[in-house]
Amino acid sequence: MAKKTPLYDEHVKLGGKIVDYAGWFLPVQYEGLIPEHEAVRNAAGIFDVSHMGVVMVKGKDALPYLQYLFTNDLSKAEVNQVMYTMMCYPDGGVVDDLLAYKFSDDEYLLVINAANTDKDIKWMIDNKKDFNIIIENISDQTSIMAVQGPSAEKILQQLTDFDLSSLKPNTFERNVTFAGKECLISRTGYTGEDGFEVYAKAEDTVEIWNKILEAGKEYGLKPAGLGARDTLRFEASMPLYGNEISEDINPLEAGLKFFVKLDKAEDFIGKEALNKQWNEGLKRKLVGFELLGRGIPRDGYEVQKDGKKIGHVTTGYMSPTLKKSIGNALIDIKEAELGNEIDIMIRNKPVKAKIIDRRFLRNR
Amino acid sequence: MKVLKDLYYTKDHEWLRVEGDEAYIGLTDFAQDSLGDIVYVELPEVDDEFSKEDAFAAVESVKAASDVFMPVDGKIVEVNEALLDEPNLLNEDPYENWIAKIEIADKSQLDELLTAEEYEKLLDEEV
Repeated sequence: MAKKTPLYDEHVKLGGKIVDYAGWFLPVQYEGLIPEHEAVRNAAGIFDVSHMGVVMVKGKDALPYLQYLFTNDLSKAEVNQVMYTMMCYPDGGVVDDLLAYKFSDDEYLLVINAANTDKDIKWMIDNKKDFNIIIENISDQTSIMAVQGPSAEKILQQLTDFDLSSLKPNTFERNVTFAGKECLISRTGYTGEDGFEVYAKAEDTVEIWNKILEAGKEYGLKPAGLGARDTLRFEASMPLYGNEISEDINPLEAGLKFFVKLDKAEDFIGKEALNKQWNEGLKRKLVGFELLGRGIPRDGYEVQKDGKKIGHVTTGYMSPTLKKSIGNALIDIKEAELGNEIDIMIRNKPVKAKIIDRRFLRNR
Repeated sequence: MKVLKDLYYTKDHEWLRVEGDEAYIGLTDFAQDSLGDIVYVELPEVDDEFSKEDAFAAVESVKAASDVFMPVDGKIVEVNEALLDEPNLLNEDPYENWIAKIEIADKSQLDELLTAEEYEKLLDEEV
């Protein structure tokens, strides 16, 4: 039986179409994916992302321990900074991608994918070695609401005396009195727009959610579901675990080398394998493409060149912002050049596509 | 959900409107509502022949692709080309906006389809 977030009843009241996603009952949409997507691009949307796993790592070895697990260099993060990173297997495949919130040198909050929570925690425990740390799963006590879009700051500012404009992207503030409750607020998101994520105690969530909806009314704020969350992150060229990165797709292949610090002083799990791959040259690469023929590319569709399989689509959509069929594909690096024409196999028929820059919104 | 009398229905939420030896095929109100905003329709070619339960067309929302199945054996005699430019016509009026017109190969297969009453009962069970 899937779990319910504290906002389940609110989703039902708002007409949300509930699905089982990663073991959670969540709305795939309310009014419709397209209006919700457009609200985030042009005004604001609010998402319940309470399904995400939230884990605290505390102790005097917290930093060296996480440096050993993470591909990014957490020593560069300052207090109140959020850093995107991955954890890898020894072969370079990805355990998960996550956000690390630095409370202090010996206290970090990690936000991990819902579907990976149990696996990640097991991985963290299995690799604890002699590090002096404790790992605490606070997912059930913590809920997260993401308010995303150009009007997000104006909407949320009405509910707090804390100056939200002082929060730089990828930073956060703890113990903010927001909507009368104590919250953590970060300027982060998964949509490519400005926005915030509000971390609240489970029991405060419904009240905060409704206050945000009320405050956002005059700005065109809409509740937005998982459907829009995926189209938004895809257009913004953000990876989704299981699609663009996975146990079988390493961060270098996915174009995420910026978050893999191969020159970091400390050893980290996967470093040796990733270093070797980088020096020997990658065999596959994630590319963006635009369909030239009719159809919509979907994840898992085969990609061919001259009748030969060269890879697969990792995500594809009729982009609500660009009104074009575009996608990401992981293909043979020899065919990965910009402008190269490839075939996407849609219902067993090849449809022509052209490789383009993955930063799709640049052409907005 | 709207269900029209005098149409045949399938468990996969297609409808069939019979006119002599020919029939129009479309998607039910329930199907269009479940799919959400339809943004793409793939149509068959005129003269293509299909067996009952073959996928002969596809409709896609932003989120997902879904096949449309033949309710009976038949040959495509006309396709609704308006759907190519305006796929959301299927959302606006799923019974007015048919997908394809077919020549029915064997009218006795109509007996295997659901009546409006039977289809309504099926919907009750799904909800």
